[in-house]
Amino acid sequence: MSFNVFIGLEIHIELKTNSKMFCNCANDCFEAEPNTHTCPVCLGLPGALPVVNQKAIEEVILTGLALGCQIPLFSKFDRKNYFYPDLPKGYQISQFDLPLCQKGNFQEIKIRRVHLEEDTAKLFHETINNEKVSLIDFNRSGVPLMEIVTEPDLRSAVQAKEFLKKLQQLVRFLKVADADMEKGQMRCEPTVNLEIENNGRKFYTPLVEVKNINSFRFVEKAIEYEIKRQLEEFEKTGVEKQAGNKTTRGWDNKNQKTVLQREKEEASDYRYFPEPDLPPMRFTQEQIEIIKKSMPELPEEKTKKLMKDYHLTSQQVKDLIGDEQKMAYFEKALPVLIKEKIDFPQAVNLIINKRIDITKTEPEDLAQAIKSKDKTPQLPQEELEKMVKEVISNNPEIVAQFKKGKVTVIEVLVGQMMGKTKGQANAAQIRGMLREKMI
Amino acid sequence: MDLKELTIQKTQTGLKNKSFSSVELVKSSLEQIKKENKDLNAFLTVCEKEALDQAEKIDTKIQRYYKDIKTLFLECPLLGMPVAIKDNFCTKDIKTTAGSKVLADYSPVYDATVVDKIKQAGAIIIGKTNLDAWAHGSSGENSDFGPTKNPFDRNFVPGGSSSGSAVAVASNMVLGAIGTDTGGSIRQPASFCNIVGLKPTYGRVSRYGVIAMASSLDTVGCFGKDVIDTALLLKIMAGHDDYDATTSILSVPDYPEEMKKEIKDLKIGLPKEYFTSGLDKEIKEKIEKVIKNFEKMGAKIIEISLPHTQYALAVYYIIQPSEVSSNLARYDGIRYGFDRSQFGDEAKRRIMLGTFTLSSGYYDAYYLKAMKVRTLIKKDFEEAFKKVDILLTPVSPSLPFKIGEKTQDPLKMYLSDIFTVTANLAGIPGLSLPAGLVDNLPVGFQLLGPQFSEEKLFQAAYQYKQNE
Repeated sequence: MSFNVFIGLEIHIELKTNSKMFCNCANDCFEAEPNTHTCPVCLGLPGALPVVNQKAIEEVILTGLALGCQIPLFSKFDRKNYFYPDLPKGYQISQFDLPLCQKGNFQEIKIRRVHLEEDTAKLFHETINNEKVSLIDFNRSGVPLMEIVTEPDLRSAVQAKEFLKKLQQLVRFLKVADADMEKGQMRCEPTVNLEIENNGRKFYTPLVEVKNINSFRFVEKAIEYEIKRQLEEFEKTGVEKQAGNKTTRGWDNKNQKTVLQREKEEASDYRYFPEPDLPPMRFTQEQIEIIKKSMPELPEEKTKKLMKDYHLTSQQVKDLIGDEQKMAYFEKALPVLIKEKIDFPQAVNLIINKRIDITKTEPEDLAQAIKSKDKTPQLPQEELEKMVKEVISNNPEIVAQFKKGKVTVIEVLVGQMMGKTKGQANAAQIRGMLREKMI
Repeated sequence: MDLKELTIQKTQTGLKNKSFSSVELVKSSLEQIKKENKDLNAFLTVCEKEALDQAEKIDTKIQRYYKDIKTLFLECPLLGMPVAIKDNFCTKDIKTTAGSKVLADYSPVYDATVVDKIKQAGAIIIGKTNLDAWAHGSSGENSDFGPTKNPFDRNFVPGGSSSGSAVAVASNMVLGAIGTDTGGSIRQPASFCNIVGLKPTYGRVSRYGVIAMASSLDTVGCFGKDVIDTALLLKIMAGHDDYDATTSILSVPDYPEEMKKEIKDLKIGLPKEYFTSGLDKEIKEKIEKVIKNFEKMGAKIIEISLPHTQYALAVYYIIQPSEVSSNLARYDGIRYGFDRSQFGDEAKRRIMLGTFTLSSGYYDAYYLKAMKVRTLIKKDFEEAFKKVDILLTPVSPSLPFKIGEKTQDPLKMYLSDIFTVTANLAGIPGLSLPAGLVDNLPVGFQLLGPQFSEEKLFQAAYQYKQNE
């Protein structure tokens, strides 16, 4: 018996626009006191009407373009009708059949659609004066929420986790979202099932959607648990996937397992219809082009460029890309570093290891600091070459790793060299010599 | 003094000439309400104290700026005018019930855009008027706070759903009133109460702050004693609103001035589908007289056809309840108001109908199909307006009916809207004007024009009244 895993992801990401999706309230639900960023619109009071936040539309289109999606020139909002205490209008303004973006491809995973909707309010279930109460914070009500749906192209828990990390990096790069999973700014609901091959016959286990996941690690754990559970379940019951037997399970982190939340997922009827309060949206090709032009360099391209042009290690690039502030500082410092002929990896080390305070150090001062450090007494070149040879012959495994492409290990050798020379050498120079010898 | 003798125009002159004060005006309005409202039930809330306080302030203002009185009235054309507002408009700190027990105690935290606009124009809000609960109805009898009665004969309905607003104007309690029209809720009560009622183009007046009935059909309009007052009210209410994405950015004409311009070679279309056997004979006679008068004025009368008219009521009773079912979902009793058990029969009926027509498996056959036919109805009008300037039709197929006469038969009640729903489906303006009395009961006729042609409707109506 062998099996394949099918995982599709439904990802919700809160956009970090200044104002909410359909009103002028501040989009700030983490710092603020509960129910301080509300108005008749996001409270769903009688008579209030939504007006679209154009910035949110542009940001979703930008994200869609970065995900390789098609952008139809006609789109609209729809009402998704259902009752829940966190949904004050009794319907959510969402998009049904004409999403802003469709048919994309990201990290070799097909993207089915990207659409825009409003977030719901937040419920708190607490005990006050020995009474169990449910409290509602409407600060989150009406926050622009982007929903990204993939095809079931993912094949493992690790792959799903890596995909989500890349997606998070992407939206941060595009500056459309902070996408912090712990804060609920990015939420992921994987749908998992298995294709089991037994005696030449293929069986498909029922679809399971997993909710309540608030970290990348839990995504991985929840999917892994589901794979194991579905296998066992199938062996026990032999139940196969069919229309109407999709279930919803929640990740219970305390007990490290998924628990059944809802059966017959497909039975819910949201009675979608076009939102009459919002005219449909029509775009021109020119408008889409303008958004396309505003696209910054994406993480993949940037990584390649940084490694190739500035000889940074992949770890250094990862650290820079993961920190907007440090990246901005590096980019600001580049002209100076080039002019002063400073070793880029050395400068980046100072930046990422917080050896300098980038909020206070001007790039010129950084260059000077590196230069003056380089002015420490230098051992003669021949002596250095001798030492380099020694270090290389003493560390055959590291050299082998380097040759295989794990270029970061060079720092181990640089460290040894600095020790040997008692600091009387220029790290950049040594790095260059080591590299030359090993290639 | 008596509001009976006054119009908004005349009142402006009176205030300017100091023939009477704003306080006297408001007192006269309140006295009339005290005398008549118990029986007519036009007002659900009367803002006596607030109205008098405001009138005093206005008198002081008039006194202080008397040498610039002209400018003052240019800036605030409704200064001191007692007006009434249908109780489905949100009014800050004034109870707003939508005629339903669900909101019996509800006080909004904000003013509807239109309320704000007429306040800015200096109007004094005398109170909030009765309506069929949630504006669902054609007689006023669906109000959870008792029916409003027709001032011409108190055994008869005043029409609906803007019953109270129409009666408040017709019985001289106020000089003008604001209402909503989703399928005829301004035009039909205007016709039943012998006053002027305007349903503007969809998107001409902001819906922000109006308790939604059916969002793609709801329009905000007004009642006046004559055409000029109605035109003035529209001028103040109309225009783009940043809070309503469906309002048009088209500039607002100076209707009261524009309406005085003569239209030459006016071509009036009579849609033959509106003059069928379903139309009461006596109403038909009245309308024919109106047509003759227009002919005498030199208008050219042309019979035309709106071939999809027969489907209008069916389309309306699919789209409207669908939207109603969604719009009423927020009244869940969690944050304000009472729970859903307080909904009356008509609201429940529409929630059930709409929930059904939107359900998966039925959506395509009902809602989607209805939307397609709606487009055809709209096209009928577009074609017609290539041939004629405006259309003339009856407002209601029957005379005002007796209270209780149709309450047991919802379908019969729905038929009251047959000549009015088309304008809502097509989003075009309709102006309801008095055509005379039959057995002391009023009959109205309706002028329909292309989208954003309110000006033209006012011109035709004004000219007609000059020559009547």
